[in-house]
Amino acid sequence: MRFSRRLTLLCAALVFAGCTSSAPEEKARVKGGVPAGGDALVTGSIGEPSNLIPILSADSASSDVAGRVYNGLVRYDKNLKLEGDLAQSWEVSRDGLEITFHLRRGVKWHDGQGFTSRDVLYTYRVTIDPKTPTAYAEDFKQVQSAQAIDPYTFRVRYAKPFAPALASWGMPILPAHLLEGKEITKSPLSRSPIGTGPFVFKEWVPGQRVTLERFPDYFEGAPLLSRYIYRIIPDSSTMYMELKAGGIDMMGLSPVQYQRQTDTKEFLARFNKYRYPASAYTYLGYNLRLPLFQDVRVRQAITRAINKEEIVQGVLLGMGQISHGPYKPGTWAYKDKVDADPAYDPARAAALLKEAGFVMGKDGILVKDGKPLSFTIMTNQGNDQRLKCAQIIQRRLKTVGIDVKIRVMEWASFLTNFIDKGRFEAVLLGWTIGQDPDLYDVWHSSKTGPKELNFIGYKNPELDRLIVEGRGTFDTEKRRACYHQIQEILAQDQPYTFLYVPDALPVVSSRIQGVEPAPAGIMHNLIKWRVKAD
Amino acid sequence: MANYLIKRILMLFPLLIGITLITFTVIHLAPGEPVEMQTAMSPKVSAESRARLREFYGLDKPLHVQYGMWLSNLARLDFGRSFAPDNRPVLDKITERIPITISLNVIALILQFGLAMPIGILAAVHRDTLLDRAISVFVFLGFAVPTFWLALLCMYFFGVKLSWLPISGIHSLGSEHLPPLERFWDMARHLILPVAIATFGSLAGLSRYMRSTMLEVLSQDYITTARAKGVKERIVIYKHALKNALLPVITLLGFSLPGLIGGSVIFETIFSIPGMGQLFYQGVMARDYPLVMGILVIGACLTLVGNLLADLCYAFADPRIRHGRG
Repeated sequence: MRFSRRLTLLCAALVFAGCTSSAPEEKARVKGGVPAGGDALVTGSIGEPSNLIPILSADSASSDVAGRVYNGLVRYDKNLKLEGDLAQSWEVSRDGLEITFHLRRGVKWHDGQGFTSRDVLYTYRVTIDPKTPTAYAEDFKQVQSAQAIDPYTFRVRYAKPFAPALASWGMPILPAHLLEGKEITKSPLSRSPIGTGPFVFKEWVPGQRVTLERFPDYFEGAPLLSRYIYRIIPDSSTMYMELKAGGIDMMGLSPVQYQRQTDTKEFLARFNKYRYPASAYTYLGYNLRLPLFQDVRVRQAITRAINKEEIVQGVLLGMGQISHGPYKPGTWAYKDKVDADPAYDPARAAALLKEAGFVMGKDGILVKDGKPLSFTIMTNQGNDQRLKCAQIIQRRLKTVGIDVKIRVMEWASFLTNFIDKGRFEAVLLGWTIGQDPDLYDVWHSSKTGPKELNFIGYKNPELDRLIVEGRGTFDTEKRRACYHQIQEILAQDQPYTFLYVPDALPVVSSRIQGVEPAPAGIMHNLIKWRVKAD
Repeated sequence: MANYLIKRILMLFPLLIGITLITFTVIHLAPGEPVEMQTAMSPKVSAESRARLREFYGLDKPLHVQYGMWLSNLARLDFGRSFAPDNRPVLDKITERIPITISLNVIALILQFGLAMPIGILAAVHRDTLLDRAISVFVFLGFAVPTFWLALLCMYFFGVKLSWLPISGIHSLGSEHLPPLERFWDMARHLILPVAIATFGSLAGLSRYMRSTMLEVLSQDYITTARAKGVKERIVIYKHALKNALLPVITLLGFSLPGLIGGSVIFETIFSIPGMGQLFYQGVMARDYPLVMGILVIGACLTLVGNLLADLCYAFADPRIRHGRG
């Protein structure tokens, strides 16, 4: 028993203090003055990264780790504005066709080599190389020519002005000196990356953890944390218990955990909870190729019959906000008050349906031309929030005389057999909200082909024009005007019923100091986080 | 005997090819393909890059060509590269996960048999007493309680409330710097909960089986004879009856060999154990054909070999079968 007790203490000490590498930090702390860096931040990750060469992977665990190890030329700051990262500054030529990046000098790769424009050029070339199996070539394909003018100047030219272009240079820059002339898919860098970022890759124990160490030569100054450890914990209940037991410092909570399970004094003394809108929205989308949904009055009636506030309360326990368009509240493209937005109004919904030719049948279901007003909402398996959402909608629509069935499908079959073939009536799904407000891929009428993202088949020439205009200028004011108008049109047309934007609910151990919530979340100043000195 | 053995071994090859053919077809029948899973619903992926990915993985070739390529690689013991973005050799992915799964399963198997057999014997000997009923209730409780629920409760109680045991994973952070003995102890502590819960859940079947074979043997004439000639009850049970009752159980052990490389997805997920169950599940969900095929081929081989071994053992242990064949 005594033995085991001692080991428990030992283990706890290991978790909290970090072992061998904490020695130098101890000295630093004794010296006093500036807050001493030191110790490790342990975070939980549901998924395991797949490939740490960012252009070769698409999962969030990989991009999360890669985001600490690499830098792009530009990035979004804490207020979601573009700022220079590896680029000190940039200029857009007057015609909007040419972007010139002035690169930061003195930036070092983790292996000590200097960073230059050659690395940028390589990253561009390998991404558009047809032999590279990447999903990210699209934005770079708009580039007409790219050249490294000198080691610290890089210039790209586009065939036409393309506003999302600037943000696309946030792509992590790869080390040319380690990859050029080699087959990128076989490179050891996919398991042990070398970047310019604040943290250096240390080790990856498959299925268990990825460990990063601070990069002392980081160009913005070395991070105060000595190590950043991702523990792979595939189950969220387990992760939550690890958090409470002190095994991890940080995780994202579910609404139930945030609202009901963490409001104890003891928990709040040990952890800080944060809350801000996530970059995602959930929607009910209609197959506009079906006659039923081609009638805008039917779509508007459905939206009016759905109480979005109730969904936010019921599904998210209030941890989110209702949405009426594809943007995140608080971002520059978001329109606060959309005039055409159909508010919850069941009486109006009934009137609209009547206007559309539906009459109440005997069994309480509306009928038109002998056919009952009935459709199926499909959603993917494994997302409880979406299922609950569909159930609440089902109940609400019943009260106005619409019969709704719900069908839950495994993701792959759902996409292949139903979405791609257009064999669906309504779907309950979600989109991530990109940093750049361009909507081309999801809403432009040219994107309605098989496997394309405008799978509901929405076509509106006016919207197309505004999308193209919005991406064709670098002037934020002009772009904002386009996107505000787009939100009005979408509210009028209701091709989707936009439901809600959930909140991100991260929790961080209170032994970590320096966390500063901002519109961009909490991770933006990670290099300034430090462990409280006891 | 040797003839029979050679025949049996030769039969394994067409069987194995048949199995791979069927599994290969079945996996490809499932809707969706690897590229789909990586690129679906991503605004950044064009039709062209999708085609590029399909070509990279060889998915653009007809199915029989893909199978032929896969089979000829397999003949050279090359399991191919995973279709996941990491694109690593399938064999690497399997070999880094197989040790933990096998050791967990072996420990659980030993515990299972070690506990279930005495429990079954005890229940049989004390048939229809309070003890027998209590044992029934206990083992069926283990059988009926969902393991994930019990696991979460135990993790909360022993891990969070009492802080006696680690909650998940198989090593503590930084345990690589411990001396070997302490490192081993650290790992052992991590395995206590998973092994205990896995064992508890599987006691019922085996102990019931043991109980019924024991009861059957106890009702045989030779047991009555033994008792009649005044042999002590202990010796009757543990010498005469047990030996005969163990026979079917040994065969059962043989059949559980292929199960050693399989892992339970739910279990491994809850305890964050990087084992084969998770790997296989992820492989199936991502339609990672080479990985799924690799695991299935190894599993099929083990099953075939396990069956063969079980047959041989049975013949070896039971003279009636040996003589019947000879």
